[in-house]
Amino acid sequence: MHLILFLIFGAVCVAGAVNLLLQHHPIDSALSLVVVMGALAAEYLLLGAEFVAAVQVIVYAGAIMVLFVFVIMLLNAGEEARSGGSRIAWVIGVPGMLLGGILMSWVLLKHSGTGQVEVGSLPGSPQDIGWLLFHDFLLPFEVTSILVLIAIMGAVVLASHAQSAEKKEG
Amino acid sequence: MCAQCLTLFALNSSLECFPNSVANYIDLAPMPDNYFVRYLPLLIHFLVAVGFASVVVTLSWLIGYRRPSRAKMSPYECGMTPIGDTQSRFSVKFYLVGMLFILFDVEAVFLYPWAVILRKLKMFGFWEMFVYIAIFLVGFFYIWKKGALDWAAPSAKRGEV
Repeated sequence: MHLILFLIFGAVCVAGAVNLLLQHHPIDSALSLVVVMGALAAEYLLLGAEFVAAVQVIVYAGAIMVLFVFVIMLLNAGEEARSGGSRIAWVIGVPGMLLGGILMSWVLLKHSGTGQVEVGSLPGSPQDIGWLLFHDFLLPFEVTSILVLIAIMGAVVLASHAQSAEKKEG
Repeated sequence: MCAQCLTLFALNSSLECFPNSVANYIDLAPMPDNYFVRYLPLLIHFLVAVGFASVVVTLSWLIGYRRPSRAKMSPYECGMTPIGDTQSRFSVKFYLVGMLFILFDVEAVFLYPWAVILRKLKMFGFWEMFVYIAIFLVGFFYIWKKGALDWAAPSAKRGEV
């Protein structure tokens, strides 16, 4: 049952990602990205990483998607103009991607030493993560708050520049 | 009920790869093999939501009347005549609010793993979160004083809409 669900959500995830690329309008692409994020959260949950699954929904599918949609609104992005795609992308990109995929799966199969692992047998519960964050890695955690503080100030400063530019335009 | 909650959280069977200090603080309850069962309601919820949405849309498509007229097909805009391009540029204020939302959302997410082990951390846990929130509050007062949360006031002062 686990495996079946995992494959179903994996297929949903890949289908969402392909749809994201094929859509012509940025908003449609953004909505496809929500599907991808949601399917990824389900995959995390199936792997036993409950906290990561919750964070995936709260932060990625929630907050970051809101920002994406706002940026699309801000840039006033309309329908994309279609181009045939550059030739370099076809000649180098596609074989390169195939090669990379094959190489990665080969390395993972050969050298990662992964066998079958029971769901939840590896640490991933909120308690484990909490203990690591607030005990073993306390200093990096506190530094995170300063990082976010800088990000808050940066967002305000950048937005005030943009706002004064808006005023000048009329 | 509460005991159930506790067993829900204590699902670590093999903690060999963890440092001993961690293992001592985490209940070594065996991993329930009903991990899947615990999330079964979530799956049912998901299936019901998808099923309900698709059934309603399909039914209305199958048995609904469709007699389009020019007035019906025109874009609806609160009873006003739609004028101009639908895609106008939005103010950068929306972007700012979205950005600040992410940042404070990230802060709130960290409270969750903190809250579940607060008793193990004792007062030390309280003070480390106190410092964390205090640094965040500096940012909060900064955006407050900068007027980033003030939607209308700055432009109203200059007599603009």
